[in-house]
Amino acid sequence: MFVEIEGFPILSVAVQLAFVLVMAGVVLAFVRLIKGPSLPDRVVALDTMTVLIVAFCGLYTLQTGVRAFLDVAVVLALIGFLATVALARFIERRVARAAPDRRQDAAFPSGEDAP
Amino acid sequence: MILELFLSASVLLGGFFAFVAGLGILRLPDVLIRMHATTKAGTLASGLIMLAVIFAFGDASTVARGVSIVLFLLLTAPVAAHMIGRAAFRADVPLWGKTKIDPTARTKLGVPPRPGGKVRAQTASSTAISPTRNTNGTT
Repeated sequence: MFVEIEGFPILSVAVQLAFVLVMAGVVLAFVRLIKGPSLPDRVVALDTMTVLIVAFCGLYTLQTGVRAFLDVAVVLALIGFLATVALARFIERRVARAAPDRRQDAAFPSGEDAP
Repeated sequence: MILELFLSASVLLGGFFAFVAGLGILRLPDVLIRMHATTKAGTLASGLIMLAVIFAFGDASTVARGVSIVLFLLLTAPVAAHMIGRAAFRADVPLWGKTKIDPTARTKLGVPPRPGGKVRAQTASSTAISPTRNTNGTT
């Protein structure tokens, strides 16, 4: 589908370079996912990987012309947002559950779990 | 011809910002600072590449899906970053040494004071948080 300019397929080369850059970004985020010292570090790295894989789906659509990958990108953005929100709730619940007597608000005295 | 050049520039800029997002995730010093990379650079990379997809095909269903992807990312990235940041602050993740913290932020967000007194980043005066400290109005 690419139009060549004077024998040089500029868009194809640009898409290939962008593939390399996006995959380098995914690999760097994956390194942070492995060595992240705390759980919020890993969640942020996972969120970054999801957003970059959405960009990867767009690049693949450009390269092959298969538009079904745009649906994949929509679903992936939705799943990434839901995963991030669920993991954030999980971190907050874990903190509240680990130290219920250290919470300062009077609505939940010690021994009672936060809603 | 012009369309090809525009698509190439948009795709290359998107790839560059994707690489910057990964680099920022790896190299920045702190959770709250690392969220800048995923929220701004990552969303910009996906938005630029989706812009290239929209202008490359141009029919109605592709444009609708691309615009919906970009709008969804722009709507959900601040919400997700806000929730992760609040959870990280409540989980007492160690922050960077130069991060300045509002001394009333721990009481406002319901974070208990650190038990051991091992406090980084400007909160050394707020280890002995008493209930009267809220009424000072200090910022």
